[in-house]
Amino acid sequence: MAARGAGGSRPVDGPINVPVTVVVIGGGHAGLAMSRSLSRRSIDHVVLERGSVANSWKTERWDSLRLLTPNWQTRLPGLAYDGDDPDGFMSVAEVVEFVERYAMIVEAPVETGTTVTSVRAVAGSGNGTGERDGYEVVTDRGTWRCRAVVLANGACNVASVPVFAEAVPGNIATVTPDAYRNPDQLPDGGVLVVGASATGLQLAEELRRSGRPVTISVGEHVRLPRSYRDRDIFWWMDAAGILDERHDEVDDVVRARNVPSPQLVGTPERRDLDLNALRAIGVEVRGRMGTIRDGVALFSGGLRNQCALADLKMNRLLNTIDEWALENGHGRDGAELRPDRTEVQDGPLSLDLRSGEIDTIVWATGFRSDRSWLDVPVLDHKGRIRHDGGVVVESPGLYLIGTTFLRRRKSSFIHGAGDDAEELGDHLAGYLAGTGTAPAGTAATSTRA
Amino acid sequence: MTSTDMPVDNGVNVEALLGAREALTGAPAGAQFQWRATCEWVNGTHSHSTVESFFGLGEEQTHRTEFEYDADHPEIFASEDNGATPVEFVLVGLASCLTAGIASVAQNRSIQLRSVKATLTGAMDIQGILGIDPEVRNGFNDIKVHYDIDADASQEDIEALVAQSQKRSAVYDIVTNPTNVVVEVN
Repeated sequence: MAARGAGGSRPVDGPINVPVTVVVIGGGHAGLAMSRSLSRRSIDHVVLERGSVANSWKTERWDSLRLLTPNWQTRLPGLAYDGDDPDGFMSVAEVVEFVERYAMIVEAPVETGTTVTSVRAVAGSGNGTGERDGYEVVTDRGTWRCRAVVLANGACNVASVPVFAEAVPGNIATVTPDAYRNPDQLPDGGVLVVGASATGLQLAEELRRSGRPVTISVGEHVRLPRSYRDRDIFWWMDAAGILDERHDEVDDVVRARNVPSPQLVGTPERRDLDLNALRAIGVEVRGRMGTIRDGVALFSGGLRNQCALADLKMNRLLNTIDEWALENGHGRDGAELRPDRTEVQDGPLSLDLRSGEIDTIVWATGFRSDRSWLDVPVLDHKGRIRHDGGVVVESPGLYLIGTTFLRRRKSSFIHGAGDDAEELGDHLAGYLAGTGTAPAGTAATSTRA
Repeated sequence: MTSTDMPVDNGVNVEALLGAREALTGAPAGAQFQWRATCEWVNGTHSHSTVESFFGLGEEQTHRTEFEYDADHPEIFASEDNGATPVEFVLVGLASCLTAGIASVAQNRSIQLRSVKATLTGAMDIQGILGIDPEVRNGFNDIKVHYDIDADASQEDIEALVAQSQKRSAVYDIVTNPTNVVVEVN
C-alpha cells in the first residue's frame, strides 16, 4: 500500500466516491500554503500528490540548482527561514527539506502516491438531498467528490520545446532542464543551449566550465543584477513594493505571465550571470533560434535589439528602485553604478548541426503546466487556464495557485504563495458559504459572476 | 515635457489599435491576414508591380486605391534605371515599418514626435549574385538603420521607443528571421 499522510478521507482502492469539501491537487509549496489557508478556515480538504511532498524538487531539478531568491525571502505563512545564512540561496536538498518541514508544520492532509487522471464538473442532485454542484477528481487510487478544486500542481510540469525540435539531426543528443542533472550526463562535445532565462544561462555557464564549447541562442530575456547598491536585487524589489504589484494593476497581465525568469544565479559570491559574463568565459552568443533547415540551425539577426530591450527594462527597474530609495531615505549612493551595457558581436546566423561541432542541444525553452487531466472547458486556445487572479470565473469552485504572476509579481516565487493562498482562501470560503461574493478586500470581488 | 496641456497627437488612432487587439485576442481567426502583390515583367530588368487587395478580419479587403511600383537596376548594371532596385525596396519596407511602429508606440506612450528620420544602409558583396564566389551570400551582409528623432522625451525613452518598434515590426522580423518561401510555376 502506498504511503499515506494524515488525511481524514481515504478511499479504498477502486472507484468509490469519497466526499470532501476541497481537493488540492499538488503537494508542493503552493498546495501546502493553500492547505494551511483552508485549515485556518476550518474547511476540510485533502491534498493529492502524485509522488511525495516537493516531488518536482526531488525528481526534476539539476544538481547545482539553487533558488534565485535569498534565504530570508524563502518563507511561507507559519514558517520563516531560521538558518544561519539569511543572505544565501537554498540548494535543491534544502528546498525539499523546507517544503517537507512546512507540510509537517501545517499538518497538511496529504495523500501521497496519488496521481490525478481526471477532474470534471458534476451537477448536484437538485432533489433536496443536499448534494451540491461540484467536481469529481479521479485518481489511480480512487475518486474524490468535492465542491471545490485548487490546482496547485506547478507551473513547470512539462518542458516546452520548439516545433522545429523534431528536425534535429539524429546524431545530436537533446535534453530538457527537468531531465538534466550535471555535465557528466552529456556527450563531451559542443553544446547548443536554446533559451536565455535563468535556466539557460546557468546551464550554459556550467557546461562551458565543464570544458565544452557552448553556444547559447538568445531571444527575449530579462536581465537583472544580483546585487544593486549593496543589497540583493530582491531586497529592493520587495522593499519598493515591486514584487507586490498586482495582476489587476499591470498594463498587460498576459504578457507579464509569459515573461521568462530573470537571468540570475544564487551563489555564495553573489556574482552576476548575464550575457557579458558568459561571453567572458567563451560562450558564443547567437540570436533567437528560428528554425532548423536541412540540418542547419538558423538564428535571428535581431539579437542586438533583444539585448537593448533587456538593458532598457533593467535600467527602468533600477530607476524605479532609485526613486523609491530617495523617497525612503536611502539617498543616491551607488545609483550611478549600473551594469555595463550588453556587448553584442555579430556571429554567424547559422550553425550546421551535422558538422560535429555540436553534440548536444539543451532546450531551455520554458515549461508549461500539465492540464491533460482537466476535463473542465476553461482552457484558452493556447491551452492556458482562463482565470482572474487564480479564480476560474467560468467554473465556480475551481481555483489555480502557484503560477507566474497569478495575483502578484511574486506569485512564482515560494514566498509569493502565502498572500495568494490567503486571498484565494477567502474567496473559496465565500463560494462555499454561497454568499455569491467574495469577502471584502479580495480583488476578485468585482469579477464574480 | 514642454507642455502638459496639449494632448499628444502623432496622427495615430491608438484606441482603434488597442480595440482591434482586444477584439482579435478573443477571435484569433480574424487575425489571419494575407498580403498580396503582383508583378509583371516589362523589359530587361524593369518590372511593374501592383498592390491592391488583401485578406483580413475574415474577409476580402482592398486598399483605398491601387498602388504601383517600378523596379529596375541602375545604369552601371547596363540597365535603364526605371525604378529602385528590389533590395532598396526591402530597405524601404524595413524603414517604413519601423517608422510606423515608432509613431504608434510614441502615441501609446504619450510622447509627442516632432520629426523622425531614418537613414538606412544595406551592405552587399555582389560577388554573390554574380556567382563569382559561392561562399558569398546573395543578400545583405548587414543592414544599418540610423534614426534622428526629435520628440518630447528623454534619450532613454526615445531609445525604448525605437527598441519597442523593432520588437513589434513585421518587416524587421521578416528580415532578421528565416521564412519559408515557396515559388511555383503554372
